[in-house]
Amino acid sequence: MFKLTLAKKKIIWAYIFLAIPIIFFMYIRIYPTFFAFQMSLYDWDPLAEEQEYLGFENYEELGEELGKERSATRRAFENTAKYIAVGMPLQLVLSLGIALMLNEIRFMSNVYRVLFFLPFVTSTIAISWVFRILFERQGFINTMLEAFSLPTQPFLRSPDQALWSITAVVVWQGLGFAVIIFLAGLKQIPRTYYEAAEIDGASRWQSFRFITFPLLNPSIVYLVVLQSIAFLRMFAPVYAMSQQGSGGPLNSTTTVVLRVVREAFDSNSMGYASTLTVALFVIILVITIVQLRLTTRRID
Amino acid sequence: MTVIETDVFKSKSPERRTSKRRDGYWYRFGSYLVLTLLGITMIVPFIWMISTSFKPFEEILVLRFMPEDPTLANYEHVLTQTELPRWYINSLIVAVISTVSVAFFDSLAGYVFAKYQFPGKRIIFIVFLSSLMVPTEMLLIPWFIMSADPIIGSSWIDTYWGIAFPGVITAAGIFLMRQFMQGVPDELLDAARIDGVSEFGLFWRIAVPLSLPAIGALCIFNFLGNWNAFIWPLIITSQQEMMTLPVGLQFFSGEAGSEWNLIMTGASLSVLPLLIIVIVFQRYIIEGIALTGLKG
Repeated sequence: MFKLTLAKKKIIWAYIFLAIPIIFFMYIRIYPTFFAFQMSLYDWDPLAEEQEYLGFENYEELGEELGKERSATRRAFENTAKYIAVGMPLQLVLSLGIALMLNEIRFMSNVYRVLFFLPFVTSTIAISWVFRILFERQGFINTMLEAFSLPTQPFLRSPDQALWSITAVVVWQGLGFAVIIFLAGLKQIPRTYYEAAEIDGASRWQSFRFITFPLLNPSIVYLVVLQSIAFLRMFAPVYAMSQQGSGGPLNSTTTVVLRVVREAFDSNSMGYASTLTVALFVIILVITIVQLRLTTRRID
Repeated sequence: MTVIETDVFKSKSPERRTSKRRDGYWYRFGSYLVLTLLGITMIVPFIWMISTSFKPFEEILVLRFMPEDPTLANYEHVLTQTELPRWYINSLIVAVISTVSVAFFDSLAGYVFAKYQFPGKRIIFIVFLSSLMVPTEMLLIPWFIMSADPIIGSSWIDTYWGIAFPGVITAAGIFLMRQFMQGVPDELLDAARIDGVSEFGLFWRIAVPLSLPAIGALCIFNFLGNWNAFIWPLIITSQQEMMTLPVGLQFFSGEAGSEWNLIMTGASLSVLPLLIIVIVFQRYIIEGIALTGLKG
């Protein structure tokens, strides 16, 4: 029998404990990542006997599609950009406002917090279907508009309004999360700062502008990045709120991930779909790197 | 034992600024007013959903919250004519499998990274964390191909394991548990070691009990995340009997067409039990999110 030293015994146990997680990450996370890159170089058709190597043809096709005004791929990237450009700032401004107000009140503040939080933990599919019906031609929202003698709207049935209607639902659902992050950030700001500012005669706006806003910077950066990535990866709300999950009407709501699923599992062009996911990966990587740059910079 | 500083569950709601400003009352009044209006928009869709679920088909266009002729027929239809009860069970099984697995393996790996020194530790940790950079959407297609022809057993398509496997160990959870396990005092572990406790015993009987709040938060998030997961279960299931609740609800609603009362009943049934759980555990969930920044 070998007499192992304690240090050596601990090393062996560490590897034993990590064995299953290591296998998991290698086989379920790392290997498929490389597999996805590999597939993007092939005309990958799950029904074919052999997979044809294409080199960078899929990437060239992606470039061409992006150049075409009306192509589904181009629409997917355009729409995703719109979702982020409007949804993310809207969500941040609304949730910051709500967080500031929640911070102000005492009585029943917990009830309000839960109220804003409920949609966030609810299934996106259920919420999407509820809104799909609320948005219907004779649905709740149009009936309300009529009751106030306002013109009814086509909402999800119109190529001009569908994207904004879906954005509104996603913002509505995600508010609670951002509110909680902002409330946690507000809690970190020492009360004495405000008291000092008050004694110095600072107005409310000045307190917000020169104390709250700068000190909330880490929460803001965190949420900008997280929500942008969430919008980039958007799938379920569009799938549930467009007819037959098509991303319609007329591709007006389709997203990159929806295209990935359609190309891969409806058209069996898994190679091209993988190329789209590589593009998505690169965009998310860039955002993450920018975030790391921003957050590792010292903020005083 | 007051060794670990976990203020997750001790902390009260946000620290109040008791402003001495004279206009404070007006600001508080305005806040209540705006929050109430916004709060109504938060709750009205839910109320409308529940109200429509009790309406007969003829009433679905009527702008009334109280159904004139309330009926349970929708519930009877959805519970007996569709696979919804089965989808419930499927979702429950998948969420429980992955939550139990995550609770165990994420804490174990987190414990090893926090408390052991071994060659390759840094590189293994970086490999684990780097998987967070890769969006899961990129892995859907490889996972699907791997599931159709896996190295172990036959096809994973339309199986519980097939739905659950991508989430049985999570990098974010390992990272979270590592942070917490670092708070477990080394002296305590060494003392137990001298008393002859096995290495696994140290984890199971000392580290785990001391990290229960964190493990609890991890379990709640993981359960919610799996319960609501959509894209992977949609891809990996083709038979109705194997669908999870969100996939089944999407399928059922697509078929129901203009029978809004049935769609709303399906939505109510899929949402309400979870809402009750969330309201009961709301403090833990909210504090947990604030602490970890995890997204459901």
